Amino acid sequence: MYQQVPMVEMDGMTMVQSSAILNYIATKYNLYGKDTKERLLIDMYTEGMTDLYELFLQLVIAAPAEKDAKVAFLKDRAKNRYLPAFEKVLKSHGQDYLVGNKLSKADILLVELLYMVEEFDASLLAGFPLLQALKTRISNLPGVKKYLQPGGQRKPLPTEKMVEEARKVFKF
Amino acid sequence: MYQQVPMVEMDGMKLVQSRAILNYIATKHNLYGKDTKERLLIDMYTEGMVDLYDIILHLPLTPPDQKDAKMAQISERTKDRYLPVFEKVLKSHGQDYLVGNKLSKADILLVELLYMIEEVDASLLASFPLLQALKTRVSNLPNVKKFLQPGSQRKPLPTQKMIEEARKVFKF
Repeated sequence: MYQQVPMVEMDGMTMVQSSAILNYIATKYNLYGKDTKERLLIDMYTEGMTDLYELFLQLVIAAPAEKDAKVAFLKDRAKNRYLPAFEKVLKSHGQDYLVGNKLSKADILLVELLYMVEEFDASLLAGFPLLQALKTRISNLPGVKKYLQPGGQRKPLPTEKMVEEARKVFKF
Repeated sequence: MYQQVPMVEMDGMKLVQSRAILNYIATKHNLYGKDTKERLLIDMYTEGMVDLYDIILHLPLTPPDQKDAKMAQISERTKDRYLPVFEKVLKSHGQDYLVGNKLSKADILLVELLYMIEEVDASLLASFPLLQALKTRVSNLPNVKKFLQPGSQRKPLPTQKMIEEARKVFKF
């Protein structure tokens, strides 16, 4: 549609745009809440997660001179803005999942993000016991466990080398 | 939640994150399609619109020596990637609205985008008759008509002067 990836073919359709694809799959597999209010909460949480995720991506493509500042900024945002927000949600209701006492796309995206944070700087997770517990709990779900094993479909963050290659191929 | 704007107080809740807010309001007012498949189409279209919107929004932030290149990019993306997609959608079913023969958030966001494009360079709309017709049609809906009148809540694109002010206040 827009000559871009990602693009997913399923259910007889060609889907583009990550948010659209994720929302469709989440709805199909009952991972998007049971009503409008739950969907709202899931959206508020996942949009914040996307903001933090964006900082990781910016770090990967940052020029060497900017890297230190970007690293400091990411650490500050993770520790002082985003992780506290999600820890607070879990604390507020004491349930095993972020929304509606049931697994949703919010939990899955959060755990993916927590793995990224841990790989970046494990000490960032130190002050967030409930997030650590969620990470363990979700990682033990059968589908997720398999996905996380070596050789599973999980992709690593792009490395500097991959970005250089991409710059040459796509001319940016 | 994340110490940011926009934030909207409604229905006894504090909503944050633009997408979450828009999705909630759209659902509440039946502007988000009648089922999962219509919601998917609306998401695919609106996410593309947001991509173009982001590029145009960055124009006032562009340093003077890069402005020509940025304008060229905007022209190219608008005329060759994004507007053809939406024109094609309208052509494919010949209906008055993008999805489900009914007004949705996709039509509203598209018309807002078309106004922005027109303000940047009106000639970019020249070869898209169905989009121009949609723009006229949606602009004549009573509430939209009121919104487009001077003195309404519609905000203009940020100017160079406003950006300078913001840089001083928010230190970026």
